[in-house]
Amino acid sequence: MIESMTGLGTLSVLVWLPILGGLLLLALGRSVSAGSGLRVDRILALAISVLTFLLSLPLWTDFDSSTASMQFVERLPWIRTFNVEYFLGVDGFSMPLIILTTFLTPIVVLAGWEVIEMRSAQYFAAFLILEGLMIGVFAALDGLLFYVFWEAMLIPMFIIIGVWGGERRVYATVKFFLYTFLGSVFMLVALIYLYLKSGSYSILDFQALPLTLTEQTLIFLAFLFAFAVKVPMWPVHTWLPDAHVEAPTGGSVILAAVLLKMGGYGFIRFSLPITPDASSELAWLMITLSLVAVVYISLVALVQRDMKKLIAYSSIAHMGFVTLGFFVGWSIIDRTGSTAGVAMGLSGGMIQMISHGFVSGALFLCVGVMYDRLHSRQIDDYGGVVNTMPHFAAFMVLFALANAGLPGTSGFVGEFLVILAVFKAGFWYAFLAATTLILGAAYTLWLVKRVIFGAVANEGVAGLRDASSRELFMLGLVAAGVLALGLWPAPLTDVMAASIDNLVTQITHSKLQAPL
Amino acid sequence: MERLYLAIVLCPLFAALLAGLFGRRIGRAGAHTVTILGVGASFVMSLLVLKSQWFDGAPAYNGAVYTWAVVDGITMDVGFLVDRLTALMMVVVTSVSLMVHIYTIGYMHDDPGYQRFFSYISLFTFAMLTLVMANNFMQLFFGWEAVGVVSYLLIGFWYTRPTAIFANLKAFLVNRVGDFGFLLGIALILKATGSVDYATVFARAPEMSGQTIELWAGSPWSVMTVACILLFVGAMGKSAQMPLHVWLPDSMEGPTPISALIHAATMVTAGVFMVARMSPLFEYSDTALSVVLVIGATTALFTGFLGVVQNDIKRVVAYSTLSQLGYMIAALGASAYAAGVFHLMTHAFFKALLFLAAGSVIIAMHHEQDIRKMGGLRKYLPVTWLTSLVGTLSLIGFPGFAGFFSKDALIEAVGHAERAGATYAWWCLMIGVFVTALYSFRMYFLVFHGPERLDAETRAHIHESPLVITVPLVLLAIPSVIIGWLTIGPVVFGDYFGSAIVVTESHNVLREMAGEFHGPMAYILHAFSAPVPYLALAGAVTAWYLYLRNPGLAESIRLRFRWVYTLLMNKYYFDDFNQQVFARGSVGLGNALWRFGDVMLIDGGLVNGSARLVRWFAQASRQLQSGYLYHYAFAMIIGLAVLVGWLLLGA
Repeated sequence: MIESMTGLGTLSVLVWLPILGGLLLLALGRSVSAGSGLRVDRILALAISVLTFLLSLPLWTDFDSSTASMQFVERLPWIRTFNVEYFLGVDGFSMPLIILTTFLTPIVVLAGWEVIEMRSAQYFAAFLILEGLMIGVFAALDGLLFYVFWEAMLIPMFIIIGVWGGERRVYATVKFFLYTFLGSVFMLVALIYLYLKSGSYSILDFQALPLTLTEQTLIFLAFLFAFAVKVPMWPVHTWLPDAHVEAPTGGSVILAAVLLKMGGYGFIRFSLPITPDASSELAWLMITLSLVAVVYISLVALVQRDMKKLIAYSSIAHMGFVTLGFFVGWSIIDRTGSTAGVAMGLSGGMIQMISHGFVSGALFLCVGVMYDRLHSRQIDDYGGVVNTMPHFAAFMVLFALANAGLPGTSGFVGEFLVILAVFKAGFWYAFLAATTLILGAAYTLWLVKRVIFGAVANEGVAGLRDASSRELFMLGLVAAGVLALGLWPAPLTDVMAASIDNLVTQITHSKLQAPL
Repeated sequence: MERLYLAIVLCPLFAALLAGLFGRRIGRAGAHTVTILGVGASFVMSLLVLKSQWFDGAPAYNGAVYTWAVVDGITMDVGFLVDRLTALMMVVVTSVSLMVHIYTIGYMHDDPGYQRFFSYISLFTFAMLTLVMANNFMQLFFGWEAVGVVSYLLIGFWYTRPTAIFANLKAFLVNRVGDFGFLLGIALILKATGSVDYATVFARAPEMSGQTIELWAGSPWSVMTVACILLFVGAMGKSAQMPLHVWLPDSMEGPTPISALIHAATMVTAGVFMVARMSPLFEYSDTALSVVLVIGATTALFTGFLGVVQNDIKRVVAYSTLSQLGYMIAALGASAYAAGVFHLMTHAFFKALLFLAAGSVIIAMHHEQDIRKMGGLRKYLPVTWLTSLVGTLSLIGFPGFAGFFSKDALIEAVGHAERAGATYAWWCLMIGVFVTALYSFRMYFLVFHGPERLDAETRAHIHESPLVITVPLVLLAIPSVIIGWLTIGPVVFGDYFGSAIVVTESHNVLREMAGEFHGPMAYILHAFSAPVPYLALAGAVTAWYLYLRNPGLAESIRLRFRWVYTLLMNKYYFDDFNQQVFARGSVGLGNALWRFGDVMLIDGGLVNGSARLVRWFAQASRQLQSGYLYHYAFAMIIGLAVLVGWLLLGA
């Protein structure tokens, strides 16, 4: 341990503040949530999450975009026997994802403000703890620490769906659990193998470790299983629609906006740099699965009758662009012999992750707003909502258009860049990817047509009251993010640029030639 | 100058935001005042830009406002290219928009969505300006889609009508099919030139033209041909060329002012503008230009036929718009870009006029749009009648009117072209002249002349529209008459466009024709030696005979050629085909993939199979936990066991 023993810093605060806050809420429990008076639990939860967000801002303002090295590093020995460290740090990939997490958590607290009646202290506590653990996943640079956060994160998520979920919550939880657990086991095996090989759990050491093609392939497949389930990629995606349908609004928002990003982040942090040659060998498979996600899943989204299911399928299709952008690079190098376009695919995939966090989160918030009033997610139970909820409808249409990839909104940027990059790998790849322009618009705007537009469909819709100022506030916050990122993505692309260039170098240098 | 350009774009945007977000606070008068001021300011400033470009000989401006993003070493800016092509478009867009804004005060007077409407049309003006002023493909695509969205919102403006919200979804999706091609075209251009900036791309066009791309193994295509055709697919969507024309007639579900502004004068001409803007690329591909030529000419003729059988006043004008867009596109395909843009300009005025006049009729008729229930309206609506006559004469190309100069020039240009498909195109356009006059005067006679077929209720209340409606009509009628006479010399046969439009010398048909151009008067006289004016006259006379003189004949022709009539009434069955094959097909495919793929194979086989396996395992530990939590606890135990096991083995 020659590495400087940096003390606890910003990242630790961001990880532990919400977790401790959550534990405090649990401890206070009933005493703060009972009765009809001042509900201290939600105020406390909001205060902690807003504080976390404010404390996360220095990550952005003090970030040095000129380097790909880890920043805000904290490194302490943890389990000396196995050389496990408490090792945190961020680069251009993880920093924006942490900000996304801290930005959305207060909104999720607001989404549950008046809605959660049962065990509200525990509900808010679960989200705070989840927030800390998610930040931990993005910040961890030690493989085992990463794994601990990764697994621990599932506990509050299961509880959120299992306790505050809908009627089939047990089925959904079990399905969610089965998928993610099976995936994680393989990842653990890979991590331990890498430790045995390198003598350290540092992810940075893993990245520098020379590996044979067979080793790489096995490790790649092990990671693939864990990450593909999270993304989720076709065909291990079917847990997501069920989980979304049963989850409470806040759960859906976090699930779509942040949890799904764990998979994409895993590819960037582990698969691509640790096993570049295997990634290269298997890029065709990843590209194929991504394109299947874009086309097949979009068609499936088209026929859904449950709004949440529709948005869940739309999420899978949009996440297809993330994996497509990440893996198309090798195909570009193959076809053109040049790395021009590789960084564009990676940037596009990253931006798509952030944007999808805003857009899908916002759409789930919108469904939640309607569900809170009519207690139905069925498209058929709505129609003509704009007549009674004009302000809400304006937001819903905006987010729908963003989901359909409208330029000027964040939804456009990632898809645009990925399609531009994919074209370099081949016309027909781009052709299939670009069908999202038509299919994405078809399922999203058809949803809008059936739910928002039209004459008032029934008495339920006739009795709707427009969004409250709390609801408009939370939708407005996300809308600001969607528009800002769409009109001026440069700040985001700038902070990622150095890390992306570094990754391009890493993945284009075969580990097979490296001296052992 | 940059600030001026920025102001031109931002004035309508701020006005739109004010009217949209604070509509209730500023009230109806506030909303129309602020948006008219915004668009009016843009109009005046656009005139200044045109003046400096045209008369002061200012050089083209090309500069960035801000850097949108830098990715992979490629800089994507938001910025302006303002040259003479842009300046012309800016004036056309803002002037028609201003007229429509004023007209809307009268037309939407009683509508509860008054402020929202003004907000949308100002927003549209902003989007259209960013499109025509773009200096790069990213911003072009932004403007391209943004005008599409505003069009979507406006077609569905009366959102409680099922037909309106069907039409707007259809319009958006068909446009997205075009945009699909457009985006691929942009991607190919980026691949070939490494830039999305116009100036850089155009400069690299020569090297790009030498490249090939293999769409399938063993068949190399010219990159330029593929790129231009893909871009043109975008133009086919936006400018409603066959077979992507199907959305435009349905877009008439929107309020009439936007039919004039968006679906006649400006947005639908974006495709024409785009191809003209891309002339430095299209000039390198004869194949692509032939495609443009044939599609444009086909659209010009075959949508014209459809106009003859329509009975809805707005739909007749809509089909006429489709047909005229076909004329413009055909001109582009003949490398006569200037003539195409010139027709775009004259058409913007006379077609906006015809739409607004139709709107005036519709108000007078209390929202009756069936021309069979009109007739003899000229004595009730004198201003509407006269301005409609002006618009109609301009549309059919009556010698001396604006439409005459533009249409005659472009037909002659197509006649001079030596490109594959030029002869076919020329015949389509010539027959189209007759058809245009036929449907135009059919509508004109049925509405304004002949016996009154109004019901008593309507007749009792019918009166001419207020000044806010008739003044824009008159203001649009003036350019519909004189703009051709004034500008054909410099714009079509002179060097107005300068370097803004690039034409290879070997197929510069307009340059060939310029030698014989000796001023507008001589041009009119010269026209009588060609068949065009006689065809127009024949069409008008036929309409007069069939619909005024001997109405029984029209009916018997219809009965005699019943199958033709059925074919036309069903719009060549395009809609049915799309509905059955594409709409139903996608839903059917989606259902099949979902039920069979997701539910049966993945969930039924894979997931529930393993779930059963786990449940079987779990029976053993059942006693330890109750309820669903046992699954989780069970798994954690396994996880821990694996972890500890591996750690021990490793140590």
